[in-house]
Amino acid sequence: MKAVVLGGTGGMGRAVARKLAERGDEIFLMGRDAGDLARSAADLEARQPKNARVAYAVCDLEKPEGFAAALDEADRALGGFDTVVVTAGMFATQEALEADVELTRRLLTVNYTNTVVFCEHARKRLLERGGGQLTVFSSVAGDRGRKPVALYGSSKAGLSHYLEALDHKFHAKGLSVLCVKPGFVKTGMTAGLKPPPFAGEPDDVAKHVVRAMVARKPLLYTPAIWALVMLVIRWLPRFVMRRIGF
Amino acid sequence: MAEAILSAWGRLALPGVELLGENLESLSLGTTLSRGMGRSYGDSSLPARGTDRVVSTRLANRILAFDARTGVVRAEAGLSLVELNRLFVPRGFFPPVTPGTKFVTLGGMVASDVHGKNHHREGCFGAHVRSLRMRLADDSIVTCSPTEHADLFHATIGGMGLLGHILEVEFTLHRIPSPWIFMESERVRDIDEFLAALGRAAPRWPMTMGWIDCLQRGRSMGRGILMAGRWAEPHEAPKEPPRAAAELTFPVELPDWALNPTTASLFNTAYYWRHTQQRVETIVAPEPFFYPLDAILHWNRVYGPRGFTQYQCVLPRAAGPAAVRAFMELLTRLGGASPLCVIKDCGPEGEGLLSFPLEGTSIAVDMAISPDIQRIVDRLNEFVIAAGGRIYLTKDRFTRPEHFRAMEPRLERFFAVREKWDPHRRLRSAQSVRLFGDRA
Repeated sequence: MKAVVLGGTGGMGRAVARKLAERGDEIFLMGRDAGDLARSAADLEARQPKNARVAYAVCDLEKPEGFAAALDEADRALGGFDTVVVTAGMFATQEALEADVELTRRLLTVNYTNTVVFCEHARKRLLERGGGQLTVFSSVAGDRGRKPVALYGSSKAGLSHYLEALDHKFHAKGLSVLCVKPGFVKTGMTAGLKPPPFAGEPDDVAKHVVRAMVARKPLLYTPAIWALVMLVIRWLPRFVMRRIGF
Repeated sequence: MAEAILSAWGRLALPGVELLGENLESLSLGTTLSRGMGRSYGDSSLPARGTDRVVSTRLANRILAFDARTGVVRAEAGLSLVELNRLFVPRGFFPPVTPGTKFVTLGGMVASDVHGKNHHREGCFGAHVRSLRMRLADDSIVTCSPTEHADLFHATIGGMGLLGHILEVEFTLHRIPSPWIFMESERVRDIDEFLAALGRAAPRWPMTMGWIDCLQRGRSMGRGILMAGRWAEPHEAPKEPPRAAAELTFPVELPDWALNPTTASLFNTAYYWRHTQQRVETIVAPEPFFYPLDAILHWNRVYGPRGFTQYQCVLPRAAGPAAVRAFMELLTRLGGASPLCVIKDCGPEGEGLLSFPLEGTSIAVDMAISPDIQRIVDRLNEFVIAAGGRIYLTKDRFTRPEHFRAMEPRLERFFAVREKWDPHRRLRSAQSVRLFGDRA
């Protein structure tokens, strides 16, 4: 693969980028901070069997005006990418979001509007060259309107909806779209939150994701138990959802 | 960001707040201590007080540079040995020194100045560290090395994290001829024979250590199995690389009574006689050779909720074999020992100001926590002081400050360097409160 990874410097994105590097895939990193990108690029170079160079460009999901230029740079560095992975996004607790409308606006814009815009740029380029792989991290939080993730979950619900439609529309044209729905994963983003049952590790998530990418699956719950958990939650009647805190 | 309880490998749990994150530079600002995987046995990775914020380095684990020609690696302090080995053993590199567990971080290896089976040849890990990047008590960031801020560097090697937060470590990996170990193991009848066998093995083998049945008294006292090894040459090694062993987890916490003198003695007898031949030569994978206990995750649950400590001391060569025999007699008389008892001969003292090893014989023994434990550690420490030896801070939880002062002539030099770089002793741990009188 020749993969662009947006958000590959930390958390699950870092783990996925490492798995790809260790397979020998060529990688182009994107993220917000040039210094952090340089450190992660060095890490990936050391993990690649042939020490291949990993290039990078600054790309901030809060600055959509930079998306096209960053993807141009990735194209140049990789000689045309065939895979795009988006793990970047924002997270904040429901309490923090309810207390700060500006934070809510930013989160909704980053997680939904700008992620979709970035995917549109990537999707067009992939289709122009006959297809490819687009993997985007959404969340189980988007599967059902729930009290503890009302605002964050709504941003991911919109994103999941978009990714499903992309798959329906472009699968036949060679674009493989994978919507990843991680449950709670122990990363820097969730540090300090009490891990619920079935909390996952980034390395295990990355293993599942790469396997699903290779198999060109459209949807992945990870850890796998979350598929069952969310199935139950999706079928819970509204009067039950009103009563429980989950 | 809080985890209300922090625990050490000996199952000591204290209130504490752990900060987890990928950016050590920002996390370490204004904090009092860093910790890695929590594998030190006692209180050295635990906070001085429950409200202190302790940095967890586990997620700061990137390799920042690797030169395949020289083996020089620079990495963030949270990179674990398990990850390092996974990446570099297949490429023909291995750390110059490894402790008996792979579940440690580079930062922890520096802070403890870990030693391994090759100490008589290679010294401690610190001897192979080229430079450290650190966050100091005044929140500045500096790079130190044997030639740059050398006093800070040498006090940090084995300094239990008290000089500053270790952010990055640069060190040299060694080339290995194959990913397999050529091992010779030998059944040994008593402690005198053990010391002689260790002495014979040291010039011949780059790696040596021994397991002792420390529940035996009388003529069989100190019987055990000596293990010596070297990296196998390509023509000796199997063609395929070692397969990753299945990950087993000790499933439950045993009750306190489960590991008692009877069950420990049964285990030791079986382990000793399992080695049916006097001497065996074999090719083994590095994992069971270097990290036999890592095969079972959470093995510390065998001690139950009471927890355990490890007493590890080194007796100087000058004290002679008689001192080791007398120590073993005292240890068996005091009781409290468990199946795990390891003996190793150490090479010369390193440059780290509080680094543990000195030329002589190191003995490490696990002991369940009991009402007698303070008395046992006191008696053993009194013996070690009289013999001119010292204990390993990474294992320690019960040594009294006056005992540590008596066994550590380098302590004043360490304090002087600490005074220079952290005059208010902002960086501190539960251990430094206990041993050095830091404020809680």
